[in-house]
This record gives sequence, C-alpha cells and structure tokens, in this order.
Amino acid sequence: MTTAKTHRFDTLSLHAGAVPDPTTGARATPIYQSTSFVFPDSDHAAALFNMERAGHVYSRITNPTVAVFEERIAALEGGVGAIGTASGQAALHLAIATLLGAGQHIVASRSLYGGSHNLLDYTLPRFGIETTFVDPRDLAAWRAAIRPGTRLLFGETLGNPGLEVLDIPRVAALAHEHGLPLLVDSTFTTPWLLRPFDHGADLVLHSATKFLSGHGVVIGGAIVDGGTFDWDAPASRGKFPTLTEPYRGFHDMVFSEESTTAAFLLRARREGIRDFGACMAPLTAFQILQGMETLPLRMARHVANARVVASFLATHPFVATVGYPDLPDHPDHELAKRLLPRGSGAVFSFTIKGTRAQGRKLIEALTLFSHLANVGDAKSLVIHPASTTHFRMSVDDLARAGIGEGTIRLSIGLEDPDDLIEDLSRALYVAAKATA
Amino acid sequence: MRLTVAGHETYAYTGARPLVATQPTVVFVHGAAHDHSIWALQSRYVAHHGSNVLAVDLPGHGRSDGAPLASIGAIAAWLVALLDAAGVERAAVVGHSMGALAGLETAARYPARVRKVALLGPSVPMPVSDALLAAAKNDDHVAFELINAWSHSVARQLGGNPVPGMWMTGAALRLMERSRPGVLHTDLAACHAYADGLDAAARVTCPTLVILGERDLMAPARNARALLAALPDVRTVSLRGAGHALMTEQPDAVLDALRTFL
Repeated sequence: MTTAKTHRFDTLSLHAGAVPDPTTGARATPIYQSTSFVFPDSDHAAALFNMERAGHVYSRITNPTVAVFEERIAALEGGVGAIGTASGQAALHLAIATLLGAGQHIVASRSLYGGSHNLLDYTLPRFGIETTFVDPRDLAAWRAAIRPGTRLLFGETLGNPGLEVLDIPRVAALAHEHGLPLLVDSTFTTPWLLRPFDHGADLVLHSATKFLSGHGVVIGGAIVDGGTFDWDAPASRGKFPTLTEPYRGFHDMVFSEESTTAAFLLRARREGIRDFGACMAPLTAFQILQGMETLPLRMARHVANARVVASFLATHPFVATVGYPDLPDHPDHELAKRLLPRGSGAVFSFTIKGTRAQGRKLIEALTLFSHLANVGDAKSLVIHPASTTHFRMSVDDLARAGIGEGTIRLSIGLEDPDDLIEDLSRALYVAAKATA
Repeated sequence: MRLTVAGHETYAYTGARPLVATQPTVVFVHGAAHDHSIWALQSRYVAHHGSNVLAVDLPGHGRSDGAPLASIGAIAAWLVALLDAAGVERAAVVGHSMGALAGLETAARYPARVRKVALLGPSVPMPVSDALLAAAKNDDHVAFELINAWSHSVARQLGGNPVPGMWMTGAALRLMERSRPGVLHTDLAACHAYADGLDAAARVTCPTLVILGERDLMAPARNARALLAALPDVRTVSLRGAGHALMTEQPDAVLDALRTFL
C-alpha cells in the first residue's frame, strides 16, 4: 500500500510553522516586536477585522512570531491549531471562559498543579463556575460527579505531585458519552512523551514555561484544539451556546458553522484573547521556539536521567516511597507502559523516612538541585509541595492529593546523573543524621 | 441556512446574512470529503460585499442529510434543485476539485441558471489512483493521509499558514475525518468516472475562471490544458507555489481572483 509522506516529530520540532522570512530571508524566526500591522487599503482592513482575509491586525489578537509557536505546538500535538497565552494559567482560564458561564460545572482530577486548583476551587466559584474534584484513578467517581450543568472534564497527564497517570482513553470515553469535552494539561509530558489527542482528549493545554522551553527564562502557555469534538452532536446539543449560537459580539457569527473543526479556537481568539487579553508576547514566543527546537533531544535525556535517579532513591534506606510510574511498584505502572512508552517524564516525588524538619534539612543540603517553584528546567530542581505550591490546601486535601508532609518533588535536569545522585546521597545523609 | 433540497434537509452557509432578492447569488461547491467551511474566508467576504452566498454542504456531507451523490451529473442536477429551493434564478458557481467538475457540468447543462463559473483545481478528466480508490472504499484512514499529502504543496506541509495559529494539514485531515463512512469513496468514484468534461466545456457559454495551483499534485495544472482549450470564454489564474488546497494555502490570492471575476 502506498503511504503518505509526512514530516516526523523531530523535523516538526525544528520547522513546523516557520518559513524563511519572505522579506529578509532570515532563517531564524524573527521577533515581530510590533503592536500592529499596516493595512494595504481600507477594504483590506475591513476584511481583516471581519475574518474575510487572513493576516495580522494587532498583537493582542495575533502576532507573526506567536503564530509560529502556535502552529508548532499544534503540529507536535496533532491538533488543528493553538493559541499562545501569557502563561499556562491563562490557557486554562481561556479554555474555561470560552466554554462555560455562570451556573455551570467542571469535573476535575484532584491531583492538579496548585495554581490550577486555586483557580477552580477558590476563584471561579466567585464567577458562578463550580468544580467537583475526583480521584483521577476512580472512573466511577468521575461518572458520579457529572451533573446536568457539567460542561468540561479536566485532568493532568501526570498528576501533580503524585504522578497519577490519567487514563485518557477511559476518561475521554466517559466525557464523550455525556457529550462533554476532555481538557488535558500535558505540561509534564509534552507531545514527545504523550499526544493526548491520539487517545481521545479534545483540548490540550501547556505551561510552555516548562519542558517546551527548557531554559527557565520565560512564562508562557498554549491551548491546543484537537478539532475532533463535535459541538453540535446530538449528545452535546444546546450545551455549548458560545460555539453553536450567534454571537452578538462578532456580527452574529456562529463559530461551529464558520469552522467545522476549529470553532473553539475561533471563539477563544475572537472573544477570550480579545476581551481578557492574556496574550503571549512575541519575544516570549521566540524564546519558547528556541527550546522547542531541541525538545526531542532534551526529553530523551530528561527521562533517562529521571530513571537513574528514581532507581537510586527507590533503594535508599532513608527513602520510604518513590512515586514514579516507570517503577514497577507505582499503581499506574501498567497504564504508563501503555500511554507513556517513552517514559513517565522527569518530575516525580519521594517521601523520606523522617519528619517535616528533616525534609527541610534535605532540601537545604542539596547543592546542584535548585530550591524553587518550577519544573521542566534544563537544571535540576527541588521543592517541598506542602509548604509551597500546595500550601493553601488542608492536610486532608493534601493527603487526598497524595502529598505527605515529608514529600519532596524533584524535576530532573540534564546534568550528569552521577552528579545528581552524589548530591542527593549527601543531602539524604545530612537529613538522616539531623535531629528528628 | 437550512433548505429542503430534493427531499433532504440541506445546509448552506450564508455568512450569517439573509438572502436579498435584489442581490446576485454566488454558490460555493466544495470538493471530496469536504464541506462549506473550506471556503470560510472567501465565502464570508463575498457575503459581506453585496452578494448572496450559498456555500453548500453537498448531500451526505457536513450538516446536510441524504446520501452522497454518485455522479458529477447528479451533483449538477442537485445544484439546480438548490437554486430552485432558494428561489434563485441565476447564480455564479464557484467549485473546487470535485466541486469544479460539478460547476463545469452545471454550466454546460443548465446555461440559463449559471451566470459565471469559477473552477478551482480542476482536472479534466480527473483520474483517481487505484491505491487511493481502494483505500477509500475500505474507509481506510490512509486515504485521508494520501489526499492530505498530495493536496498541500511541500512548503505548506511545514506550515506558515496565512491564518495565524492554524496548523493547515492538521485541520485538513480533521475535516476529512468528519466525513461519514463511504462518502470519500463515492466522491472520488464520481470524479474518476466523469468522462464528459471536455464535451461539457465546449458547451459552456458563460464566462469561466480557472484557478490552478502551480504545485498541485492532486490535479496537476497540465491536466487542465485540454479544458482550457475547450472553454470558449476563459481566463486563467495560476497561483505560484500553491498545491491543490488553494483556498487554504493562498486564501487572499484566491479571493482576489474571484473578486475580479465575479
């Protein structure tokens, strides 16, 4: 059988969305540091405003450098398009604000990044949007939490910080059974490890600050549309009026009629980015693109190093547990082998056989690992979730999210793994000797 | 808007505008396994610049009910039924690929109903490879992949979409994947079997525009030479670097050619 020639992942990481600059021939994507773009004539201007011609008007809505980033992440995810946002949080808010309004409801995994948990649990209820949090492994709990006002299911590919592997095929099937889309935060895995659309997810969001960039110098995010969800399907009919009914804010456009596959992105750009304005800056897009060029090389090394470090910790006498799905004793090991054949990323947690104070000693004794609130840097990072990223959660909520007081989260970088092990070995010795 | 055409509920995009009796009408006809949204930019422009637009979903495609039509002649007859249902006496017809063949046949058969016709990416005849027909017959996904690879110029397969933030080949693939089982094969078989194209071209009396993609591998420009020779009143626009996916690869150039012509 004839096979279609398409470009492969590593090639797309370098090239997708970018063409040599037509004016200057610049090979690198130029930073179009311009708020706005000159119209050739009045008719052209009006046509751009009314979505009759393609092009750029104003950099809050679209920008040529940001567009390259958007195309590239959409290509790597296998989606139809994307919107670059000011941060991963902005991408989550944009997705929710595009689909939901007051009185509506989200079912979310309870193992989320603390910032996402804040938005869903504390902030959105003030705007009339409520969230029920469920154990991501408990499909019956997902099902039981769906109610008539539910409009979205949301989870992370790898839960934070317990690394629960989201069973995307089953949760997506449940969502679709109810005419609902599944939004997946794929920050920890990147498309190199897992492409959620291939397993049934409908929307994917990224904090591009993390592995996509790799250098830790920029804050940015993206929401990617898989283009598969049918907002007008019988099971979804009437649930998503922002996409299927005339929008007074844009000449009575019905987005699902305007675009069969990208209605969500049209509305998100024509309303959410236009009105809330949490757009990505062109310099940010440029910096993320530099990282994405080496994504396949970096992710392979991240995963290789993480496996070495996790194996070392798993046999250390002062370590109680290591929560890394590549290890056979992780509850999601079999699921990880299926969904994450290249590995379970480079962020994981371990718990020491010690007190909270000894945990603090350990972090302070590390020298190569930087103690800070980020993951996915080329440099190895460490944090104590109970006192930082998840500090607003009660002890009970922490326990339900798989976070103990002695839990320590690592983000394994690209250093020589032997140096990382020596650093951890020394710090564990110091912590174990410290007074409990 | 929704119309009943040949007994089936039919969807036609109008640019969110009502049809105005005093305005000219332009009918946009999509290609195999596509729907009205392939014309998004061009149809919206025309609808907002003094013309009625009927960018149809052919039977069995997109939002339209019914079975896909098995021949180009059947599509031509259906387009006239559409005009009847919409209360339109004469219209300009703009078609892409299979839709271009349908436009050609409609203009030849029903000269009183077609004011002008624009043919984008036509190939007359339009032979479809055995491999593609076989894959489509089995609803094998590889059929969509082959069309996607052959429809976009090599340069555009790496992106650079004029529409910011959209991944062109991904969107094209998803649109085809939306088509119901068997639709692609019916469409391709109709194109493959259409043998009367040059005779039809000789009978066209209205002005004709042919838009060709210089890098079109699905319907190579050389396959339109006989068509161009047969059409009595034709002008040609060749889009440099464009593949078969003319409206998405070069939306503004297509619009400008249509604007001048219509």
